[in-house]
Amino acid sequence: MPTATFEILRGDANEGKFETYTLEISEGMVVLDAILLIQAKYANDLAVRWNCKAGHCGSCSAEVNGVPKLMCMCRMSDIKLDKPILVQPMKAFPLIKDLVTDVSWNFEVKKKIKKFKPRPPDAADGTWRMAQEDIDRVQEFRKCIECFLCQDVCHVIREHQLQDKFIGPRYFVHIAGLEMHPLDVEDRREDLKKTDGIGFCNITKCCTNVCPQEITITDNAIIPLKERVADKFYDPVKRLFAKFRSKKEQ
Amino acid sequence: MNAYDTYNYDVLVIGAGGAGLRAAIEASAHGVTVGLVCKSLLGKAHTVMAEGGIAAAMANVDDRDSWKVHFTDTLRGGQYLNNWRMAELHAKEAPDCVRELESWGALFDRTKDGKILQRNFGGHKYPRLAHVGDRTGLEMIRTLQDHGIHQGVEVHMECTVITLLKDGERIVGAFGYERERGRFKTFQAKAVILATGGVGRAYKITSNSWEYTGDGHSLAYHAGAELIDMEFLQFHPTGMIWPPSVSGILVTEGVRGEGGILLNKNGERFMFNNIPDLYKNQTSDNEEEGWRYIQGDKNAKRPPELLTRDHVARCIVREIKEGRGSPHGGVYLDISWIKKKISNSEEHIRKKLPGMYHMFKKLADIDITKEPMEIGPTTHYMMGGIRVDPDTQMSTMPGLFAAGECGAGLHGANRLGGNSLSDLLVFGKRAGEYAAKFAKEYGDGTIDEKQITDAAKWALEPFERDKGDSPYDIQFALQEMMQQLVGIVRNETEMLRAKEHLGLMSQRAANARVVGNREFNPGWHTALDLFNMLTISEAITMAALERKESRGAHFREDYPDKDPQSGKFNLVIKKDADGKMIIRQEPIPEIREELKQLIEEMK
Repeated sequence: MPTATFEILRGDANEGKFETYTLEISEGMVVLDAILLIQAKYANDLAVRWNCKAGHCGSCSAEVNGVPKLMCMCRMSDIKLDKPILVQPMKAFPLIKDLVTDVSWNFEVKKKIKKFKPRPPDAADGTWRMAQEDIDRVQEFRKCIECFLCQDVCHVIREHQLQDKFIGPRYFVHIAGLEMHPLDVEDRREDLKKTDGIGFCNITKCCTNVCPQEITITDNAIIPLKERVADKFYDPVKRLFAKFRSKKEQ
Repeated sequence: MNAYDTYNYDVLVIGAGGAGLRAAIEASAHGVTVGLVCKSLLGKAHTVMAEGGIAAAMANVDDRDSWKVHFTDTLRGGQYLNNWRMAELHAKEAPDCVRELESWGALFDRTKDGKILQRNFGGHKYPRLAHVGDRTGLEMIRTLQDHGIHQGVEVHMECTVITLLKDGERIVGAFGYERERGRFKTFQAKAVILATGGVGRAYKITSNSWEYTGDGHSLAYHAGAELIDMEFLQFHPTGMIWPPSVSGILVTEGVRGEGGILLNKNGERFMFNNIPDLYKNQTSDNEEEGWRYIQGDKNAKRPPELLTRDHVARCIVREIKEGRGSPHGGVYLDISWIKKKISNSEEHIRKKLPGMYHMFKKLADIDITKEPMEIGPTTHYMMGGIRVDPDTQMSTMPGLFAAGECGAGLHGANRLGGNSLSDLLVFGKRAGEYAAKFAKEYGDGTIDEKQITDAAKWALEPFERDKGDSPYDIQFALQEMMQQLVGIVRNETEMLRAKEHLGLMSQRAANARVVGNREFNPGWHTALDLFNMLTISEAITMAALERKESRGAHFREDYPDKDPQSGKFNLVIKKDADGKMIIRQEPIPEIREELKQLIEEMK
């Protein structure tokens, strides 16, 4: 069996260094298998998050040879073994220990987003009718497993650290899922512009490239949201109408 | 008060999968303060892995369906050991729970007239599972999570409870640690709901993640609550088996619901060879009729691949044992064959089973639209658990409630696919409601400091040992042993050996040594989890020895038949005054007359 050498970041926010581990690689192995084997054999206290091991839960996000990935979906057979494999925690979030980072900011962001608000039920029994095509349109956004790899790779967060002004691609996907939900009647456009910082995104598509669920984040979520914001705040004809209407309402 | 961070809630919910979230939302809606403890990050619980759907007799696809049919299907699937009252409540309340989920934003696939679409599943007479592709669990947990965070529920992420706190016989809180810094937390609560899920980690081949170490079962047992039906552990017939690193990962029953068939190495559709008497009336005996059923023909009977999980798993084991298995020790599950029946089969499969398509492509280099999958049984779901009152979900201890997989009664000897997600909703809601009522009726209990200091001392002992085994080595040994000796096919000799092993392993676990410090240290967490895994392994083994027959998920090769006498009792496990595990038979509660008639009518 071939062997692989791993260099894994060990340490916490105060200090850290790469530790080297060598392991035999068996057929079909993924990086997470290797990490868990290293944990069981050589480093019982190696901190790593994982749950489903099947790409459904989004817990085992890390950077493998510098690329943000789910370790459970990263096959060893896709990695060149002649050099050590570098495994690091996500860079954009504060390090807790080893491969585990503090992602709590993400959960706080979500709380501030206006929640789902359905239109009144369509039928007397309190249920709704929807067409499959309308469901299909938002499925893509609801596939998100909250692995936060898109947040990790977004330069607005990673380099510029504008966490207090910018909610990140994950939450634009979340808002797109709400705004395009066939039943939702809430309007989140003002928040998108003012507090969510959608303007900071300059559509470099880094988020789309790393999404393990293959959500076309930039094209299908962020750009349409930008257009909605532009429609509301910058369309001269609509602004005129809005003014007229608000006068009439007075 | 003690030196640790202390939180005070009216209701404390332990576990944040579907049942825990639903319970927390309901309790909060009843105007009490709620704390929610989750072992991982929020939204990562095992519910996220559920693929196929939520069983609820909404009759959107087949108008012959009703709660009555769902009720009788559930009892038939559970071989009549189910708590009938729970099965009744479940069948009646599941449709409203699904519709409620929709009103909170969940999006299910639709019928042509715009209603919630329902799909076929094993043991369900009519298409009954509300679903969205093959990621229904994700849709459900995300909906509950996104709704729940706006309900004033306080969430403690990455926090593990190690003991329940008692005031006399009443449960008044819990004590545990948070993973990040390893600090202890004390939770004082007027009522506590356990929603900790299953026990799969005690086995080598499992679809369960690291979290499922039987925490709730064990916490309740050690606090003095009764467990029931612990011999019934579900092995899901279709888990991935190759490559080795993916073995155990779940392959949804939805594959068979969409027309997937099971084949042995000779290409024989072996499920036709053995159709149990209970299901003869509703199972087709030829391929042509089976396919018509899949296509929605109301006059056709369902194909044998859609028999209950216990039966399908056993048939697969038989094929493998008798030398007709696939190269890696499983059998084949084939959905690609439908290309013979429909023209756009590849697109259809990718649309109906996108997650499965993606998973096999990525992890096993298999294109399921073109070739069969290799699969085998995987430890999946615990039917047994904390004994609860069917209406209120309160355990035998005042103030302690249980919902979801760690509670027991609904599923009897075997759970039908799709009945777990509906279980989570129906009984999560009930647990939340009645725990809130309990909290309002009874004031604060008194926290006994000694219980806390004892638990803290116990939890830190592994750090003080300089000899002893690694907790991972003990865990692997336990998993291997339970898989071999108390697995799908059981006998007395092997299980007596398992009992001996468990005794020795308990000693090893009590001396396990951990390295490093308290900060995010999975080795330490595993050392503590071992205590729960060993407790539930002992309970499973004890109950499996005691039930001298084969029924549902429990198969004894030394007692291969169903025994009518054994069908009249449940097995109840409790800790006696000396700390020993004791077991007793308890007659199944007398079923209400009109429901008895219903069962007869539907036979």
